[in-house]
Amino acid sequence: MQTENKINPQMEMAPPAANIGVRGWLKENLFSSWINTLVTIIFATIIYFIVKGILTWIIYSADWQVVSSNFRLFFVGQYPLEQLWRIWLSLTIVTLLFGFTAGIWKGTVWKLTIFLSIVFLLITLLPFIPLSAKLWLVINIISLYLGYFFINKLPKNKVITVVGWFLSFPIILILINGFNLLAPVSTNLWGGLLLTILIAVVAIVVSFPLGVLLALGRISKLPVIRWFSIAYIELIRGIPLITVLFMAQLMVPLFLSEGIEINNVIRVMIGATMFSAAYVAENVRGGLQSINRGQFEAAKALGLNSVYTMAFIILPQALRAVIPAIVGQFIAMFKDTSLVAIVGLIDLLGIAKTIVANPDFLGKQMEVFLFIALIYWIFSYSMSFASRKLEESLGVGERY
Amino acid sequence: MLQEVKEEMPLQEKKDIIICNNINKWFGKLHVLKNVSLTVKQGEVVVILGPSGSGKSTFIRTINGLEEIQKGEIYVDGINLSHDVADVEAIRKETGMVFQSFNLFPHMTILKNITLAPMWVRKWPKAKAEEIALNLLERVGIHDQAHKYPGQLSGGQQQRVAIARALAMQPKIMLFDEPTSALDPEMIKEVLDVMKELAKSGMTMLVVTHEMGFAREVADRIVFFDNGEIIETGTPTELFDNPKHERTKLFLSQIL
Ligand SMILES: Nc1ncnc2c1ncn2[C@@H]1O[C@H](COP(=O)(O)OP(=O)(O)OP(=O)(O)O)[C@@H](O)[C@H]1O
Ligand SMILES: [Mg+2]
Repeated sequence: MQTENKINPQMEMAPPAANIGVRGWLKENLFSSWINTLVTIIFATIIYFIVKGILTWIIYSADWQVVSSNFRLFFVGQYPLEQLWRIWLSLTIVTLLFGFTAGIWKGTVWKLTIFLSIVFLLITLLPFIPLSAKLWLVINIISLYLGYFFINKLPKNKVITVVGWFLSFPIILILINGFNLLAPVSTNLWGGLLLTILIAVVAIVVSFPLGVLLALGRISKLPVIRWFSIAYIELIRGIPLITVLFMAQLMVPLFLSEGIEINNVIRVMIGATMFSAAYVAENVRGGLQSINRGQFEAAKALGLNSVYTMAFIILPQALRAVIPAIVGQFIAMFKDTSLVAIVGLIDLLGIAKTIVANPDFLGKQMEVFLFIALIYWIFSYSMSFASRKLEESLGVGERY
Repeated sequence: MLQEVKEEMPLQEKKDIIICNNINKWFGKLHVLKNVSLTVKQGEVVVILGPSGSGKSTFIRTINGLEEIQKGEIYVDGINLSHDVADVEAIRKETGMVFQSFNLFPHMTILKNITLAPMWVRKWPKAKAEEIALNLLERVGIHDQAHKYPGQLSGGQQQRVAIARALAMQPKIMLFDEPTSALDPEMIKEVLDVMKELAKSGMTMLVVTHEMGFAREVADRIVFFDNGEIIETGTPTELFDNPKHERTKLFLSQIL
């Protein structure tokens, strides 16, 4: 081993005594003075009792049967059992593309891939998971790694991946909804995590370009566009999301001519998108304001017109500067989808509420809400992890 | 490109490439350019001197439309600089500008910085744009930095990239607004050398600077600004050795 990696002789020198191993670290950080020692002991005691209490409850008192027997409900709601393959296939498309992305860009996406496959594996190993689901989970794990290892063998791998992500959007919608190509599955059967993710993804993906346009509109020279953008942004930002959702329920139908009906889920998606767009716009505007006037002038002086200037010079820098804020906004949007439960949709929170209301599972709120909290946390944390890594790899504030 | 040495034709016989007729500009109530008239011949190097706040930057920026004038006329290479966007863009294609603070695009490599405008404004194919860019980098002495980002270069190197970026559009006129004022003394020379070489190649140049050595050596004509007006103009010898106006004398005595 050592023949390959010759260790630098300096590195072989022993570190100063206090730094040696765990004991050295503990001594330096936790027990360096008597006050520090006292604080450490007090906090250790508190943490010990909290963790012990929680673990005891999770392992001995809690009855996780409420989760295991409703497992499918949590994830897909009332989606018909015999059509479930469509969801699984959608998931497989996503995992394959995820594998592609990881294969090309490595780094963070690769870490998330490993994390995802571990989660899938753990679920597969749960005793109450039906065989067909285990099979699909294994297929998904394979598809992740297949994508990862094979994308770089293909020509034009980046093009395939990007186009793939774009196409996946309509394909998955067709798979899930059916439209007229597959047996239609009415949206009121969509539920659980599936519905949460669908609403969040639509709101996030559509509100981003809308928000950018609104931000540009707000600094436009044309008064009509500018005033519209300002009015829109300030109006939406002054209203709570739940109100926007109610208004979307009641008002979207008013704009449509007789006979056309837009269902509940789409109305909620429109509401959430409109809401999110206003916040994205404000974040992007902050980014635009942070760009030095000299950048505009240099672009103009080179003869670039205003569209090119925005597209190549200003927006890339402005967006890069506000990635953390925008991702923060998207995470908030993801969690806020839980409000759709109030307007009657059965998303992850909605399912939790129906299950808790079921007399069979009386008094099992803790288990149910802890479980969905875990799911929300996994998604939110993955997003913020990815955003932090994205920031690092783009070198926000470093290269300048 | 631009290799031809300045022809020996006397300047008087060359065509007028910039014509400013009684231009006036106000910032709110502040009258910053007062009936400024100046004609520049093709291939001429004009250095603009004057105290701080006298309107030098504002004047040079009116020529490529970065500042709008409220009265008067400007013709650049025969095009009337009006409020029409098409005219402004046509003029900007023919004029390169170098700023005091470089204004490179920090998110793009040096090569991208230089090729962007030729590819999108001139519509040149990438290969052609890159070839020209690499030649220019060679000319300004930093061809080995093409794939770095601006933040990784020294100030002097960045300013030379900025010059290369402006030249890549193959402009007929170059405008310089205090190109060395933000540089450490040891880097000033490398930028001035590039500018001298450019002047020798026959480029029409308008230069705002406080570098008197450069002005004396390179300028065909010096224009002295004070309080928004041109109060004196002449060859370097006339202006430096025998200034007529009191304010010119005062300025020169302070700076030399
Ligand atoms: N955007 C602006 N808005 C308002 N006033 C301005 C603006 N730009 C310049 N001015 C004013 O116009 C006058 C001329 O400014 P200008 O920058 O042209 O001077 P300058 O001769 O280039 O000075 P310096 O040597 O300090 O660069 C100054 O009084 C300045 O304060
Ligand atoms: Mg100035």
